[in-house]
Amino acid sequence: MTQTTLRVNEHGLVQHADLQHLITALHDKGYQVIGPTLQDSAVVYDEIDSIADLPAGWTDEQDGGTYRLKRRDDAALFGYTNSPQSWKKFLHPPRRRLWQAQREDAESDFVFMPENGTLPRYAFLGVRACELNAIAIQNTVFTKGPFIDPMFKALHDAAFIVAVNCIQAGGTCFCASMDSGPHVHSGFDLALTELIDADRHVFLVEVGSRRGAEIMEQVPFEPAQEHDLAAVRRIESAVADDMGRTMDTTDIKQFLYDNVNHPRWDDVANRCLTCSNCTIVCPTCFCTTVEDVTDLTGNQAERWQRWDSCFTLDFAYIHGGSVRALARDRYRQWMTHKLASWIDQFDSSGCVGCGRCITWCPVGIDITEEVHAMRESDTTSAEISTLNMV
Amino acid sequence: MTATVAHSPTRNLPNPMLPNPYRVQRVRKETQDTFTLELEPANGQSDFHFAAGQFNMLYIFGVGEVPISISGDPGKPRKLVHTTRAVGVVTSAMQQLKRDDMVGVRGPFGNDWPVVEAQGKDVVIVAGGLGLAPVRPALYHVLNHREKYDNVVLLYGTRTPNDILYRREVEKWRARLDVDVHVTVDRAIHPWRGNVGVVTRLIPKSPFDHLNAVAMICGPEVMIRFTVLELERRGVLPDNIFISMERNMKCATGFCGHCQWGPNFVCKDGPVFRYSEIKPFFGQRGL
Repeated sequence: MTQTTLRVNEHGLVQHADLQHLITALHDKGYQVIGPTLQDSAVVYDEIDSIADLPAGWTDEQDGGTYRLKRRDDAALFGYTNSPQSWKKFLHPPRRRLWQAQREDAESDFVFMPENGTLPRYAFLGVRACELNAIAIQNTVFTKGPFIDPMFKALHDAAFIVAVNCIQAGGTCFCASMDSGPHVHSGFDLALTELIDADRHVFLVEVGSRRGAEIMEQVPFEPAQEHDLAAVRRIESAVADDMGRTMDTTDIKQFLYDNVNHPRWDDVANRCLTCSNCTIVCPTCFCTTVEDVTDLTGNQAERWQRWDSCFTLDFAYIHGGSVRALARDRYRQWMTHKLASWIDQFDSSGCVGCGRCITWCPVGIDITEEVHAMRESDTTSAEISTLNMV
Repeated sequence: MTATVAHSPTRNLPNPMLPNPYRVQRVRKETQDTFTLELEPANGQSDFHFAAGQFNMLYIFGVGEVPISISGDPGKPRKLVHTTRAVGVVTSAMQQLKRDDMVGVRGPFGNDWPVVEAQGKDVVIVAGGLGLAPVRPALYHVLNHREKYDNVVLLYGTRTPNDILYRREVEKWRARLDVDVHVTVDRAIHPWRGNVGVVTRLIPKSPFDHLNAVAMICGPEVMIRFTVLELERRGVLPDNIFISMERNMKCATGFCGHCQWGPNFVCKDGPVFRYSEIKPFFGQRGL
């Protein structure tokens, strides 16, 4: 070995047999390591102890409403694309208690008790480019406005991110259209590209932070050669060319604002079950609701936050009824928010092109197809403010 | 198994989701189904300040939390005044509150009425029903600084004479020589001798200069819509018309997503909107 340490932006080559050192080093630093595992015929992010927990030799087949695991010809550890669940479930948990309140009896005062417990320090192994963007987008939502969500911030800032560059595109992927992949460029501590052929099974590691460089001190590596970097670039461009879907995002914000009464909204509403699967699997969807509960004595109250979806009727309920009574209203809200109003709100698209909403839609509604169909028959109207007025 | 590391989320940051304990000083019945709560901080100390138009999230132990606009005088922020109607589970429980009961308060949230922008101009406040409550702080502010404004007009419409909110106060304002107050009801009940009809019918004859007026509208969405039309017909520019919007809210901080209206979060970008800025989607059904 000619080199013993790597600095930020430098590359090293780690043998498949040595990758366990990375997990061990993360454990030694006190991180709870989360990575892809095989569960319930799907790739599921969960706690891992060793490299042996990763889905070696598996890939997936994805299309509208379809997800199937398949055997690969090789033993690649990251040879599949997006799994149904994203990292959202760790940084923005599906359910969490916000606080408790307590009183002696119905006549007495009560006190609020904030959540002061401990939070895990996560190390995420296998974060794809689209997902890295999704994490950054949720970070903007929860920490860059007038208020900060202290729990998200604590979990996010503590998390160590090992990104993985995709070596193949999925059937519903369109990150290249959304400018969010397939290659990771920033926002990671370490980034891996799996290089696998008949002669070798290695990981090209790029160091993205000083934290990442520290961890690499515990992992044996060789210097990366120019032909290794060239191999990564070839993979990147091949994956980008092989996207299962594409979306024309030209001026999409104004396009959707202008087409608020496009007949396609009725068309998609006839297919949409308003089941909210798309919002649950979406790695950027952040909406929540709250539940107030009391114990049987009535003197111990809790407030819980849980994921909510703009596809439910309750979501936009104000006295007198739901503001978005029709399926058409709710699908339009979701898609227009994702692709248009998100840009006004947070200076970026709310879509990273991960394709999950397409794969996990029970009736295979495809956001890229909906945009395409609308563009085919643009109904831009200058008099939208007077349409639909009662 | 891996060690997890202690990491307190609230050690350094204020938690916007955590309410503060307040105590009920007074509950006053306003009309058949509306009431006013006066609250003071339970710990005795108050650094609460609000601007006219802002709202609080009020929590009833074990029942839930609702957004309610602040309807008191921004010049007297120590007393927190909220007027609401008992329509749901939380507001019905709120109606049962008695003096010295505790509630949770988060806030204030949202933006405010353009009381500074309106200085030197005519102020036209148009309120419908309970919509008088969120706009009352703006009227208080204007009357507290009466010399800074030209004509001040309050146009107020309710369903019946029995639904007139803050009736004594409205009568007091009406008696002033420096405020024009006009009240109308949808349905007259004996012995009502005032105006009958929708509030928009008061606009054509109101004493304000359409080129030098700022309008503030609060009420049901349909009333806002027709008030805007009537003001525009009178020549008031969309830039000088402000409306207060209502949407479902769970967090008031922009995190829960419920109050989205076009590109806006009503909780943090509103509830007050300049009409010219929301005109493209105001009145769109299902948005």
